[in-house]
Amino acid sequence: MALVAGTAPSAQTAPRGRRPIWCLAAGIVAGLVVLPVLALGSEAIGGSLGLWSHLAGTILPAALADTLLLLLGVGLIAGFLGVTLAWLVTAHDFPGRGILEWALLLPLAVPTYIVAYAYLDILHPIGAFQGAVRWILGYSSPREFRLPDIRSLAGCVLLLSLVLYPYVYLTTRAMFLSQSANLLDAARTLGTPRRRLFRRVALPLARPAIAVGVSLTLMEALNDIGASEFLGVRTLTVSIYTTWVTKNDLAGATQIALLLLAIVVALVSFERWARRRQGYVSGSRGRTMQPERHDGLKGIGLCALGVLPVVFGFVVPAVYLAAEAWKRWRFAGLSDRLVGEAVDTLLYAGGATLLTLVLGVVAAFALRLSPGWTGPLIYRLATTGYAMPGTVVAIGVLLVVAPFDRLVDGAARDWFGVSTGLLLIGSGTALIYAYVVRFLAITAGSADAGLARVPKSLDDAARTLGRSAGGTLCAVHLPLTRASLAAGALLVFVDCIKELPATLLLRPLNMETFATHLYGEAARGTYEEASLAALAIVLIGILPVIVLSRVGRNPSS
Amino acid sequence: MRQMLLGLTTLLATAGTAAADVNIYTTREPGLIQPLIDSFAKATGVAVNTVFLKDGLAERVVTEGESSPADILMAVDAGNLVDLVDKGVTQPIDSAVLKEAIPAQLRDENDHWFGLSYRARVVYAAKDLDLAAITYEDLADPKWKGKVCIRSGQHPYNTALFADYIAHHGAEATETWLAGLKANLARKAAGGDRDVARDILGGICDIAVANSYYVGLMRSGAGGEEQVAWGEAIKVILPTFEDGGTQVNISGAAVAKHSPNKDEAVKFLEYLASGEAQEIYAKANYEYPVKAGVALDPIIASFGELTVDKTPLGEIVKHRKAASELVDKVGFDG
Amino acid sequence: MPALPALEVLSLARRFGDTAAVRNLDLAVGSGEIVSLVGHSGCGKSSLLRLIAGVDTPDAGCIRIDGEEVAGPNRFVEPERRRIGFVFQDYALFPHLTVGSNIRFGLKTVPKSEAGKRVRDMLERVGLAAHADRYPHELSGGEQQRVALARALAPAPRLLLMDEPFSNLDRALREGVRRKTLSLIRQFGITAIIVSHDPEEALSSGDRVVLMQAGEIVQAGSAYDLYDRPSSPYAAEFFAACNRVPGRVRNAHVDTALGAFPAPHGLDDGDDALALIRPTGIDVVADGGDGEVMARELMGEIETIRVRLPGLAEPLTIRSTRRLPAGIRRVGVSIAPGAAMIFPVRPC
Repeated sequence: MALVAGTAPSAQTAPRGRRPIWCLAAGIVAGLVVLPVLALGSEAIGGSLGLWSHLAGTILPAALADTLLLLLGVGLIAGFLGVTLAWLVTAHDFPGRGILEWALLLPLAVPTYIVAYAYLDILHPIGAFQGAVRWILGYSSPREFRLPDIRSLAGCVLLLSLVLYPYVYLTTRAMFLSQSANLLDAARTLGTPRRRLFRRVALPLARPAIAVGVSLTLMEALNDIGASEFLGVRTLTVSIYTTWVTKNDLAGATQIALLLLAIVVALVSFERWARRRQGYVSGSRGRTMQPERHDGLKGIGLCALGVLPVVFGFVVPAVYLAAEAWKRWRFAGLSDRLVGEAVDTLLYAGGATLLTLVLGVVAAFALRLSPGWTGPLIYRLATTGYAMPGTVVAIGVLLVVAPFDRLVDGAARDWFGVSTGLLLIGSGTALIYAYVVRFLAITAGSADAGLARVPKSLDDAARTLGRSAGGTLCAVHLPLTRASLAAGALLVFVDCIKELPATLLLRPLNMETFATHLYGEAARGTYEEASLAALAIVLIGILPVIVLSRVGRNPSS
Repeated sequence: MRQMLLGLTTLLATAGTAAADVNIYTTREPGLIQPLIDSFAKATGVAVNTVFLKDGLAERVVTEGESSPADILMAVDAGNLVDLVDKGVTQPIDSAVLKEAIPAQLRDENDHWFGLSYRARVVYAAKDLDLAAITYEDLADPKWKGKVCIRSGQHPYNTALFADYIAHHGAEATETWLAGLKANLARKAAGGDRDVARDILGGICDIAVANSYYVGLMRSGAGGEEQVAWGEAIKVILPTFEDGGTQVNISGAAVAKHSPNKDEAVKFLEYLASGEAQEIYAKANYEYPVKAGVALDPIIASFGELTVDKTPLGEIVKHRKAASELVDKVGFDG
Repeated sequence: MPALPALEVLSLARRFGDTAAVRNLDLAVGSGEIVSLVGHSGCGKSSLLRLIAGVDTPDAGCIRIDGEEVAGPNRFVEPERRRIGFVFQDYALFPHLTVGSNIRFGLKTVPKSEAGKRVRDMLERVGLAAHADRYPHELSGGEQQRVALARALAPAPRLLLMDEPFSNLDRALREGVRRKTLSLIRQFGITAIIVSHDPEEALSSGDRVVLMQAGEIVQAGSAYDLYDRPSSPYAAEFFAACNRVPGRVRNAHVDTALGAFPAPHGLDDGDDALALIRPTGIDVVADGGDGEVMARELMGEIETIRVRLPGLAEPLTIRSTRRLPAGIRRVGVSIAPGAAMIFPVRPC
């Protein structure tokens, strides 16, 4: 129906400048996100530029090169894996496909720092893998024979790709599923053999989705600090860190952070540019493509091919963690700290998720209501936080929140003779604020994607039937975008649970999450004591995988 | 949320009636100080609240200003303690107990910070390696080419060592030495101090630079059987500077400038310098206690007599930034 | 027309970038009147509808409903406060709500029992009483259209706006649905504007037809006015293709290759003029004539015949009920009295 040409201007006829409340609300949201960036900016200006001549002559070229190589490598490998696997389960049917379809998302559950640690241990010369290789080859000691060290740029690229490819898989598969079978049939009647459909039709049509997935992957790779630090890759993010911590130069660190931000802005612009054309592909409806059935040996072969990334990206590290956790349990029992950590972890992640969801919906809805320049501008500002490393966000938030807390405390002391203490930091609000800044792009993005599937005429219908803009949101948009909002919310939930740098810097007294516990142990080299916490993080991470697999299966929701 | 409710109750309660707790901001891993906190709480009945801030402790206390609830600031590395003083977030404590327990070179001359334990930056060598003594200078000797493991050059443990090298030999010689050490590395400068022991067991390298207490943590079996194997695969050599001793670094604490519970804070510091607490430092954390007469853990004692390098901690701190820049300059971590 | 119009549009304007969708437009609709708004795609008719509904904001001009200004230089009434029913081209039924809930959607302020009664009543009137619990995607296109209509009418709006309400239906269905829709609108006695791009549909759908072109109203009047007395060649040709016969005025007549026709006022001797004659306004004479039969196409009751005449650049298109003998080559033509519509030709 939607394909019947409407009158020309209908696509952009939403009223201009008439939703002050929504724009104002979204503007406040954007302001909250931008404030820490501004604080960092003024910090950076306050610093000297002396650092740069040193950096430019020493680590900056290497850090830039490492960063770009890392991005290139992860982009290529994760992109290749994601797209190929998405096509594998969309165009082919084989034994086990149903399970594989969602199992391919499982690596999302494994944080990069955990996968790095697990593989370092497994692949270490004294680890299980090389031990087996030596046994087969008949060597007795690692001094006689060992494989190359995983601690390298190549190793980092490989490991990050293994756990990050699901972003590409997810977006691309949704796109393949929403491609009308008619298009593919048309290509076949025009003489394209089935095996060429992928390259000639499906792939070009899915390009925007691939770009979105790859840019998400790259953003994650760029923000990663755990795995990079662990594997000895000196990215810009690591440089920010050492400049701040070792050189005790916060201003210099923020200057590098701004450079990183520039790279990310370029990345984001590329993604938006790619997404600009998405509308025209997803508009098509109708039958989705019928996969080609393979049984017997070929079917089993395809299945095995698809299972490989799941094995390396999820099963191996998860089994490793489970074994470590089991050993630990036998050795030291279940620490009662874990219960408190579970409560803190879930409460903070839950609260932040809820808030992030609400604010994300506000930003996306304002974008829908004012498609002029204000809406998109506000939306973009509101979603810049995802582009910044957690450390940077954390410092920015601290620079904003602490003066506020001091002000409130000072005023309370002056007027009432009562100390409020640190209102925002002490209550954990500051931490939740940082989570929101960091992850708002996820919920805003999924709300935006969900809203894009709701025809504008439904808004108009609801309005003429007596509902206000807000009433329309509640009665029409929220029910219709439920699935994609749920998916976004769960991603945020899991990201909050995995989040480390901001949690470390901004948490109130006595608060310990799974991630901070894990880090605390890792920092003194006693990872094994945190293997239960690590396993818990991975298990919680499986939740969104289950939901996302359902959302992906039904492209209309 | 629990903390929010806490925040609200603080808001409602009048300032004076709140029970006195000690609030600790620490960059020491919670596992390391928990035994000390537990035994202090048991001995005094004062409740202790902690937040482990890996990095950014100074930034947080500075920005919190006089509203900060922090009483005690605990940190590893003298540099971090000096930073806190430089940023003006500490206060001097005039305590006879502390002065008596802690040797002068392990505390601030203006009484702002106090070292509570120290550790040596030592060399781990493969057990069967024919090596009995080594100097830091030797580490750059080409005969070790492809045989040395070390963590990131930018890690504070290493920048402190390199800063000490600058104090001994000057920046130029240090650069040459660092370049030589870099050339000797068997793998990227990354990971942690235990990884180097594992790497020696794995045949990746023959010698490595790491902190003394990790050996205790590994060999004691607290980290499981595997780590015992790592710890047993190495022997510890106490390296020295050609013209000095073994480089050490401290863990220490200061009382926050705006400490709301200063009395309890001082009490806590004094407890940490007591024989009981110092024993925990030695036994549970395998560190060198600052208080004279407290016995070392046998594992640590087995390394032999430690000759502490004489460079004052304050001077090492001054060279820290230069050391970090040299690390960049020679591409140590690349 | 009653004294107070149900809808008044004054000097209304709306631009999208470089395109003027609505320019300086005036329109008044009487209470209970059904106006058929027609024009080619992109002429601005849907934009006008959206401006009236309040889902878009005008750049200039004003809109009054029942005398109340709802859009003007200093006033803008949100769509939810305008009490306007809108039937969308794609029906815009809420996919997550049942038919009953869709209709109930606009009855939020009505008491519950009353709303339930109104929903049942509406469903009965559109003949969908049995479908209340179904979801929109379970209905046929015609049924969906009726739900959309019922939903728009349920809150008893002051004005009903329908944007191409029949264009998504099969041709075979369309006629019946249109007739039922109109009869329902008349039952309610509601003022309505129905937008269409189909000339026949427009002519038969309202009390008054308003023809738009490029954001402006070209002509408004009864269906007869527009079809029989078009004010411009554009209006004439909008409703049916015409034979264009050029001519020149002489002695108050327009001389053409098909003979002379009386010249209307405003044309002086020597002026160029254009006669537009609908294919049904010309007939063929079986024998004797200088017309050459180029093609014949039997449509059933009528036959379309193409005849080339000397002095005319293009062959004439004639639709005749007269059956010519098979194989006939030459025919004469006759023009029905009053069939020629004469327009001045403005010099370029």
